[in-house]
Formats: sequence, structure tokens, C-alpha cells
Amino acid sequence: MGGVELDDICQQAADDALVAVMSKLDAYRGASRFTTWAYKFVLLDISVKLRRHAWGRRAIPTPDDDPTWDRLAQGAGEADSRLESLELMRALRKAVAEELTPRQREVFVAVVLNGVPGDVLAERLGSTRGAIYKTVHDARGKLRRHLEDGGYIDPMERVRTGPA
Amino acid sequence: MNKRELINLLKTSSGEDSGCEEAFALLDQYVEAELEGRDTEALLPAVAEHLRNCAPCSEEHAALLALLKEQLGA
Repeated sequence: MGGVELDDICQQAADDALVAVMSKLDAYRGASRFTTWAYKFVLLDISVKLRRHAWGRRAIPTPDDDPTWDRLAQGAGEADSRLESLELMRALRKAVAEELTPRQREVFVAVVLNGVPGDVLAERLGSTRGAIYKTVHDARGKLRRHLEDGGYIDPMERVRTGPA
Repeated sequence: MNKRELINLLKTSSGEDSGCEEAFALLDQYVEAELEGRDTEALLPAVAEHLRNCAPCSEEHAALLALLKEQLGA
């Protein structure tokens, strides 16, 4: 992205963020410094605009996008443990095709497998970022349970997230 | 996402997750708590969990934290 183009996006984002802040002034409760509260709207606006710009008119990968699975199967330099076997990837591909709803499948393939930002996908699908996130969350849970039931993932090996 | 990341994602059992909207609503308080050296995992665990799981929210968190650090000269 060129300097002038980036300046334009930032200027537009700053203008939009100012409008957003002004419209939400009544919601400010003083729980943080006013500048911190206001900055988050500016950064949200800039971030969303940059992500949308980066994706521009690029096509969103679909569940029928076979190269996605080929790329995953060919992941170079990865340890060949039981959990990382081709068998697991085949089971996952089958579960994505058969266990998820069409909407969950569409969102999972785009966001999880291909890294499409949730807000970019939301705009394309006429949805919201929060709804896309919830769909991914539900799809992950459904796939994890299915793969555990099938013996592809050991429930005892679950990784519990914690502080980075 | 590569194969290893995908498998780790599927093995990961999330804790309570605030979701995007609540995380954004609390992001200013969360970042200020971080800058004050407070334990955000204990204070706002659902937001901390969300920021680990959601790439766009994590980006915005990082940007706000970086901006405030710059202003503080940290």
C-alpha cells in the first residue's frame, strides 16, 4: 500500500472514529482514561479498514476449495506424530464436510483454514464480526468432539489455554 | 494456518470467552490494567481468553497497548 493511499485510509478512519466517539460519548463511564477509551475506537476503525483493504476484491476461499486441504496435507517440516497423521486430516476433512452446518463449514474454511479476518468475512456475508466468531467457536467445538469420539484426538491431551 | 496450528486449535479447549463485543467494551480497562502490571488473567479472564482466540481483536489489543506504551515512553 502506498503512502498516499495509506494516508487516505488513516484520514478516513480518523474521521469515522471521531464520529463514532462523539456518538458514544454518553456511554463513557470513566472506567479508563478518556484518551484510552477514545483511542480504541480509532484503532478499531483503522484496523478494520486496513484488513478490508488488504482483502479488497480477493475471493474468499470456499469449502470446495481443494487446494486448502492439499496445502495442509503437504505441510512441510512437520513432525509425523500420530495426531498429525494424514488419517487425522482425512477425518477432519470428512467431519468438516459432514458434521458442520453449511454456514459453519463456509466460515470455518475461510477463517480457520485460510486466515480470512472475521470482520472481512462478516462484511462479505452481511453478518457481524461477533456472529462470525461465534460460528467459528461452535464449529471448533463440534469438530473437536467428533474427532475425540472417533479416537483421533485423545480428550486427555486437550490443551487448556492459559496465560501466554 | 498450517497443519500443526490447526491440530493445536482443535485440541484446545477454550475457557469462558467474552466474545468480540464484550472484549471491545472492556479493552480500554484491560490495557490500562496491563500497563499497571495488574493480573489481567484474574481481573478479566473471559477477555484474556478471547484475545488468545480472536485474531482481529488480538490485533486491536496489540495496537492499543503499543500506542499507550509509546505515549508513556515505555
